[in-house]
Amino acid sequence: MIVRTIKSILLWVWGILTTPAKTLGLGVLTLGGFMGGVIFWGAFNTGLEITNTEAFCISCHEMESNLYEELSRTIHFSNRSGVRATCPDCHVPHNWTDKIARKMQASKEVWGHLFGTIDTRSEFLGLRRELAEHEWSRLKANDSLECRNCHSEVAMDLSRQNPRAAEIHTRFLLTGESTCIDCHKGIAHQLPDMTGVDPGWKVAPELQGEVLPIAQ
Amino acid sequence: MRGQDRSGRLSIGRLLAGPMLILMTLFVTAAFAQFVPELNGYPDPMAEEEIGPIPHWVTDDIRQMRAYPEQPPIIPHSIEGYQLSVNTNRCLSCHKREFVQGSGAPMISVTHFMTRDGQMLADVSPRRYFCTACHVPQADTPILVPNTFKDMLELGAQPAGTE
Repeated sequence: MIVRTIKSILLWVWGILTTPAKTLGLGVLTLGGFMGGVIFWGAFNTGLEITNTEAFCISCHEMESNLYEELSRTIHFSNRSGVRATCPDCHVPHNWTDKIARKMQASKEVWGHLFGTIDTRSEFLGLRRELAEHEWSRLKANDSLECRNCHSEVAMDLSRQNPRAAEIHTRFLLTGESTCIDCHKGIAHQLPDMTGVDPGWKVAPELQGEVLPIAQ
Repeated sequence: MRGQDRSGRLSIGRLLAGPMLILMTLFVTAAFAQFVPELNGYPDPMAEEEIGPIPHWVTDDIRQMRAYPEQPPIIPHSIEGYQLSVNTNRCLSCHKREFVQGSGAPMISVTHFMTRDGQMLADVSPRRYFCTACHVPQADTPILVPNTFKDMLELGAQPAGTE
């Protein structure tokens, strides 16, 4: 019974779509379609831009009272040259396809907001390691693309860095052995419990030696 | 027990008469006022005070001599933005025993493995976890308090076996 009803509705829609228009002119249809397309695409892009601003990100209490507060004390927020990185600069890919993919993933965050996954500071702290790991793995997978949108290693003048930084960058970054996020975790937010997370510059496994048995 | 015996200081305090003590306090305060900011803030707490630029840290990575053997070594690099909390310790990501081979940083002293009960642990003891309680970077600024510190070698300390 239900199957038959659905089938009849579908056939009716199919009929409307395949029957030539009787009262509308070809101009109305093509121009109207074109205008409709422009309006739809404009609105879609505007919506995308609005949801890609810091103001939108911190309109949620989860973001404002936890992550934004922490960001406001770091060098990416306030510094001598006055360049500021906002939330989407680091957390949303700039490339269109990747951006749409990230936006679709973010629908889970809307779900979390509506159902109060993070309502309190302690709930946030409880999830912090997991959330941080998501971002670490994302940046690891795309070779720290969002860092490199501003910090290019080609434009990095190692002779203006202090010798220690220059040496480490030469050894790990320029060789492609490590990527930014390997060492610079927690650059813009406080870190979760880092138990078991290696510093990114560890020497090659064959040079690390044996793991000693734990004395119990 | 260093610094536990206060009897010497107390007896000097008792010897000094009240007016003289006040006079001395005033003198000392006047002498230091130009160098040291008041611990309880500026005289007019609601006024907007001019804040000078933040001095630059000494970040030349050159290990400095200690002024006395027990002095906690100073940090010759920038620690700007380093996180040091119950969750993470940025200092130990280089200065920990397991990591010094890769980082080339000096290992934290083995004295830091001892708990306050004298028990040696396999890693840093909780009481030594917060590095910046003792170790600090330096900035190239005028000294806040004038002092007459002399290295003990200048005072005529002799190496063992010379007596």
